[in-house]
Amino acid sequence: MSLAEAPEPERPAVPLLEARGLTKHYGSVQALDGASFTAYPGEVVALIGDNGAGKSTLVKTLSGVIRPDSGQILVKGVPVSFSNPLDARAHGIETVYQDLALAPDLDAAANLHLGREIYRWWPPLHVLNKTEMRRRAVAAFADLGVELPDVTAPVATLSGGQRQSVAVARAVAYASEIIFMDEPTAALGVVQRERVLDNIRRVRDRGITVVLISHNMPEVLAVADRVEVLRMGRRVARFTAGQATIEQLVGAMTGALTTEESA
Amino acid sequence: MTRLAPEVPARALARSPQLVRRLLAAGETWVFAALIILMAIFTGLAPGKFLTLNDLSLNAQTTAPILLMAIGETFVIITAGIDLSVGFVLVLCGVVAGEYYLSNGGPDAGAGTIWVGAILGIATGAAFGALQGIAVAKLKIPPLIATLMGLGVAEGLSYLITGGSDLRSVPNALINSIGTGGIGGVQWLIIISFLATLVFGLILAFTRFGRYTYAIGSNPEAALRAGIKVDRHLIKVYALSGLLAGVAGILNLGYFSTTTISGHPLDNLTVITAVVIGGASLFGGRGSMLGTFLGVFIPELLATGLIIVGVNQYWQYILTGLVLGAAVYLDQIRRRLRERA
Repeated sequence: MSLAEAPEPERPAVPLLEARGLTKHYGSVQALDGASFTAYPGEVVALIGDNGAGKSTLVKTLSGVIRPDSGQILVKGVPVSFSNPLDARAHGIETVYQDLALAPDLDAAANLHLGREIYRWWPPLHVLNKTEMRRRAVAAFADLGVELPDVTAPVATLSGGQRQSVAVARAVAYASEIIFMDEPTAALGVVQRERVLDNIRRVRDRGITVVLISHNMPEVLAVADRVEVLRMGRRVARFTAGQATIEQLVGAMTGALTTEESA
Repeated sequence: MTRLAPEVPARALARSPQLVRRLLAAGETWVFAALIILMAIFTGLAPGKFLTLNDLSLNAQTTAPILLMAIGETFVIITAGIDLSVGFVLVLCGVVAGEYYLSNGGPDAGAGTIWVGAILGIATGAAFGALQGIAVAKLKIPPLIATLMGLGVAEGLSYLITGGSDLRSVPNALINSIGTGGIGGVQWLIIISFLATLVFGLILAFTRFGRYTYAIGSNPEAALRAGIKVDRHLIKVYALSGLLAGVAGILNLGYFSTTTISGHPLDNLTVITAVVIGGASLFGGRGSMLGTFLGVFIPELLATGLIIVGVNQYWQYILTGLVLGAAVYLDQIRRRLRERA
């Protein structure tokens, strides 16, 4: 196989987010082995790979949850270093985790504002402005076309799809640049899966880049503009979704096809 | 098909069952119901005798230290933790204050000395709690073990400092004011413990401190990823528990006019029982100060009620145990129902 089969399209010179040669090992396991990743403004880019390819580790490094052993992360061409999720957030990067990272006993409004509460009266007292948070939550869900029967019900009482929507709405409400979605449809039924894909398109239409981590090839081809493939801790291929086939993607994931020799 | 008028009536219809559902789901509702049923039974069995004002105030007085410790324990349990050390920290703080009074005038000590001693005792409690918090948050020692360890340390220190015999040189001014005095017929013990309940109830329900307490108990990983400083918050929560045990220690010192070194071996279990009866979940994320407040008085009410209706008062322990079991069982059912939804 040769590079010619999956040509890389023309792109703006400066990527929104770029990872170069990231490495990360856990004991003897090399989770990232010189992994690279590129996301351009306003696109949906899918990050695919087999189990253990390093997708989750890569996402965690790019969203500030873990620090890479070596390598470089650049935002708009400027090298950055994330020591925690807040650093990543400060650059407009939000993540929808696979486990959603919601507090089940708190309501949707509280979860939407978790760690970013709004206060009333004399701010140093940190008295929660529940009314305002509720108002903004309702607005945020409406904005995303999400129907929640009650933003004051504990999240644990919501359905899987509704919980997913809460997590997505939270990311959308704060992301100014880029949202990572780690297997957002893995736990969902068919109808809810469609809704999530709609959400992804809607987010992209607001000019926010979406990085979709997924196993589901048809889904990836349906929603992504571009696809990057990880295998054994490094990027092995890049495709334009419109020109790629499922066979090519699977080939790249399993090592049958390589379009990129090194990161 | 008739068309429903838009929005408003439909929503109003939907709201009332929602309110009922929420009431049923709230921990306090069940405690309230239990309390009212108990009161009704005792009042029915002994009309005119049960719940005279005198009973109530005596109850509140002896329960003030328990209530104070239960406030702190509520925060701890909502973080999915537990603090077994409270009764022993109470004693230690009383001992620290007592030692200070002993070497600074004893029974004749003035207000200034009393304040310094009280602050020393309370600070001891807060520092002790903070250390336990560090053991839980930083060293990742399970709360049960961390505070069991703290329990041993606090008890040992109390005996070491006093040489094993209670300190009795408590300032008279402390005994006459905080210990037994009051304003307008209401004892200081009641004023202080009820006021603390109110203040910390408001903090739990309406401030960032309370919100983070629930969030950490509900999903610590989510709290961490949301940027909440989970370790620091846990340390604060355990420090608060120690601090309130310290306040309870000073009140205890004033009320009994001695350090009561061996007098509080079961306070921790009494306190945990009250908090759990009050609807707090041992799994974290749930609980309220109102529930705890009611939970503290249920065993008291049982005891008083049983005495008044002439039943052997030791039934109180059996009944309290059963109520505790029922409270936890209810929590389990609620959890299961919720997961299914």
